[in-house]
Amino acid sequence: MAEMERKALKAREKAEVTSPAEQTRTGPTFTPAVDIFETDQEIMVLADIPGVAAKDLMIDLRENVLTLSATVASPEKPKEVDVLREYRTGNYYRKFSLSEVIDQAKIEAELKDGVLRLSLPKVMAAAPRKIAVKAG
Amino acid sequence: MIIRRIGDWPTWDLRSSFEELERMRRDMDKLSEGLMGPLSREPMAGVFPLVNVTEDTDSYYVRAELPGIKADELDISFTGNSLTISGERTIPAENEKARYHRKERESGKFSRVISVPSLVNASKVEAHCAHGILTVILPKAEESKPRQISVKTS
Repeated sequence: MAEMERKALKAREKAEVTSPAEQTRTGPTFTPAVDIFETDQEIMVLADIPGVAAKDLMIDLRENVLTLSATVASPEKPKEVDVLREYRTGNYYRKFSLSEVIDQAKIEAELKDGVLRLSLPKVMAAAPRKIAVKAG
Repeated sequence: MIIRRIGDWPTWDLRSSFEELERMRRDMDKLSEGLMGPLSREPMAGVFPLVNVTEDTDSYYVRAELPGIKADELDISFTGNSLTISGERTIPAENEKARYHRKERESGKFSRVISVPSLVNASKVEAHCAHGILTVILPKAEESKPRQISVKTS
């Protein structure tokens, strides 16, 4: 861990989505970097989506496919002129298929400092229930 | 008849080889353009964080994408005409029972110096962070602001 912390961050260009379907919106779409881990209770997804406001983020889960999509408004004012441009801004899109059954009602999402933290609780195996047989 | 045919041969050959050369040159241009990206884009400095710098008549705006970095973890200073952005991104350890499927997000230290082309009012430099994007506003000094010069008619 200590070794990891000493490491210097490398500059990376954002990975652009090469989706088979054409986008209706103009401008690039990127795949956000994610961490995904699983515990006994849940699947956790952490995604770096700088520039996204909570209202512009869409999280969709249907038929075990999780879709993250977000639109990013340009932070620049119309009168600003480029001096140096090293990164591009655009929307985010990424899709995952989940192997576990998720308890839809308990999904929680938090967006803070451009990082999404999405908790997908697994459906607990039905607890064994004793059925009393009435003697009639 | 024969003379013309002999005369035709080399010219045709010569022209076609020039065409071939021209086509190759165009292909090479296309290839190098593809490697370097469109010409309008600046070459990447390759230092984290990548920045976009814009200007309007009053200020320079330096923006960087720094997801997961809180404002108090950033160290921003301005001296002379260079802006330094440094800090460290830490990704807190999760539950030790967590089994990772993917680990793409990176942590680590960073430091970057950006030189600003013209005079800046250092006392009025301000920075703010929103949704993981840092914006540093560097107001231009009065003497470096563009001035409208009116032409007097006599």
